[in-house]
Amino acid sequence: MEETYNLSHLKELEAESIHIIREVAAEFENPVMLYSIGKDSSVMVRLAEKAFAPGKPPFPLMHIDSKWKFKEMLNFRDWYAKEHGWKLIVESNMDAFRAGVGPFTHGSKVHTDLMKTQALLHALDKYKFDAAFGGARRDEEKSRAKERIFSFRNEFHQWDPKNQRPELWDIYNTRIRKGESIRVFPLSNWTELDVWQYIRLEKIPIVPLYFAKMRPTVNIDGQLIMPDDDRLPEKYRNKIEMKKIRFRTLGCWPLTGAVESDADTIEKIVEEMMITTKSERTTRVIDFDQEASMEEKKREGYF
Amino acid sequence: MEEIDKTKSGNPMEGEVRGRMSIEEFLKKDEEKDLLRFLTAGSVDDGKSTLIGRLLFDSKKIYEDQLDALERDSKRVGNAGEHIDYALLLDGLKAEREQGITIDVAYRYFSTNHRKFIIADTPGHEQYTRNMITGGSTANLAVILVDARAGVITQTRRHTYLVSLLGIKHVVLAVNKMDLVGFSKDIFDKIVAEYKAFITPLGIPDVTCIPLSALDGDNVVEKSERTPWYNGSSLLEFLETVHIGNDHNLKDFRYPVQYVLRPNLDFRGFSSKVASGIIRKGDEVVALPSGKRTHVKAIYSPDGECDYAFPPMSVTLTLEDEIDVSRGEMLVHPDNMPMIGRNFEAMLVWMDEEKMDMEKSFFLKQTTNTSRTRIDSVKYKVDVNTMDHLSVENGKLKKEELPLQLNQIAHVVLTSSKELFFDPYTENKATGAFILIDPITNNTSAAGMIINKVDDRDMHTVMEIPVLDLPKLGIAPEHYEAVEIAVKELERRGYAIEIKK
Repeated sequence: MEETYNLSHLKELEAESIHIIREVAAEFENPVMLYSIGKDSSVMVRLAEKAFAPGKPPFPLMHIDSKWKFKEMLNFRDWYAKEHGWKLIVESNMDAFRAGVGPFTHGSKVHTDLMKTQALLHALDKYKFDAAFGGARRDEEKSRAKERIFSFRNEFHQWDPKNQRPELWDIYNTRIRKGESIRVFPLSNWTELDVWQYIRLEKIPIVPLYFAKMRPTVNIDGQLIMPDDDRLPEKYRNKIEMKKIRFRTLGCWPLTGAVESDADTIEKIVEEMMITTKSERTTRVIDFDQEASMEEKKREGYF
Repeated sequence: MEEIDKTKSGNPMEGEVRGRMSIEEFLKKDEEKDLLRFLTAGSVDDGKSTLIGRLLFDSKKIYEDQLDALERDSKRVGNAGEHIDYALLLDGLKAEREQGITIDVAYRYFSTNHRKFIIADTPGHEQYTRNMITGGSTANLAVILVDARAGVITQTRRHTYLVSLLGIKHVVLAVNKMDLVGFSKDIFDKIVAEYKAFITPLGIPDVTCIPLSALDGDNVVEKSERTPWYNGSSLLEFLETVHIGNDHNLKDFRYPVQYVLRPNLDFRGFSSKVASGIIRKGDEVVALPSGKRTHVKAIYSPDGECDYAFPPMSVTLTLEDEIDVSRGEMLVHPDNMPMIGRNFEAMLVWMDEEKMDMEKSFFLKQTTNTSRTRIDSVKYKVDVNTMDHLSVENGKLKKEELPLQLNQIAHVVLTSSKELFFDPYTENKATGAFILIDPITNNTSAAGMIINKVDDRDMHTVMEIPVLDLPKLGIAPEHYEAVEIAVKELERRGYAIEIKK
């Protein structure tokens, strides 16, 4: 057979991501892969497995459990980590949890800050991780379009968008001082469609919530919310309707809107994605808090 | 599902789904698309953001909700009067929206039936040369914008020079705002002639000039009826069809080891990206700097074993003989060696707010290799507007002006504390590129492109490598191995030490 020397876009992205993941393993003392259990994380984790095959990736997975995640996500997380031999760290902000912090009582902004951002920062300090992989993509959101693949954080984990290190070719500056860290985004150049294509081609397991099924729903401020435990406030309890829904992104159940859908295969999801014209982050309640809200959160240390 | 206004928004793949293609066929076709990374250079005044907005808009990438946000934002902070301000789609950071400027490289993604695209969108202001170098370092192609009313200006020359410095092989000159010059063929021809005269000496192999109006959409996605005299393709057609092939060097095999994979006693693999050239199973390779030779036993790609690999694949090689190769060392074919040396000359672009300190010993990162380096001399600076060489010898520079400042470019000579394996950047970007990192602030201070090796006798100073004389220090021979391990680790971190035993 004749040799060819061209890669498809997906193979090129895969190669780039593996190169990034290996660079972190080679240059940092104590990296960690942040695992959100979503589809992007699932792709990132598979890339890490491929990067070190036939060995195991030399870093653990860490999940920041906000205590409001869908139960199916947690089951999937535990199953996947066990099945694929990953060391899994789970961290939560237990003080805030015991104090009763949640999206219904404290609003999405306070909840996200305490249960996600602060929990993450605390965990990064606790284990002294010097590099943390995240599954964010640049095409997800406007402020992410300007973030580096290797994104420097000061000792307070803050991102300074005006003072980013230039990133040239594929030569990454990994030098930091004690206490500082780098967030690394191996999927920076992937689009939503690339992620679905890769999941399909590589047969990567994902949380069943991505596929349409009859589920209980309640309309809260225009978002279709799936009540996942008994913490749904009283006033909504008699408004639950069964609908065929799926989720385009996964997070805390009160903050993640579902879409009505019949898509129960990856092909149908992609088809639906191409016909609908809503981008995926519209189902994320947290983006609407304030103008440029993702940028604000990122400055404060959120992924 | 709610009604969608098809005239306003849509989705790139919609046409295909609504056509005869099934979703399976679509996915199959999408899977095989290649990727074009391109840079756009020009200022707000040239209508660059409008052009990009239009490419994304007209290729129907803009999702409905993003469009709603756009209309809302245009009314509040838009700078385009009655028009929809496409720039607002792009200028993501709050500070930029307030000031109506772009402060950093932003990456945009879109796809058509034929290709996927990544746009590195860089600001055109002089103080942001560093962003253009950053955005251009990963691009295969550059779109340089000019305003048809102004023609080729200083900024156009600067952008073109930077593109040539980065070794980008394909350039599109987008002559924008043709609507404001009455779609005049004469004006277009004059700009093209002037640009070609300027660009020819720079040796960029593929230059295409397109007359367009980003605001009205002429020749952006579809050929315009208002330029009947123009026989070329629209910008998007051109981007979709330009043959990029594999722009990597496929001739000289260079494999800078990135990570040594040792999951068990039976497996010892050397993982990396193929920087250049092609490697086949069974090939003889030589490890640098040890000079030890062996053969490639197997090549593992992310999909399993394969017979050959090429750039930019990330693979793992196993070798027939157990030879010691660490990160930063290089595997090459024995009959095709890179340059090996501690001294080299390079073009250097300064990226740090802090000006160059000639006394400082920077970290140099080239491929997977990190070393300490010093700037031996600055031969001349380049005036990026005129491409004039400014040196002390020709009287255009005072001695105290030699150290580089932010956004300045110079021809320099560097000396490294350990041997590097490299090629001239013009022949091999992957092994000719490097960055300098400030040892105190850890900032990325400079981007460099190697020109050639320099002989020791042509150096002002050669960095002294400290010598550890083990017998003299009273270290017993049974400890030599331990000392060597420690020294090797220091070397990996960029500190070279010579051992005498």
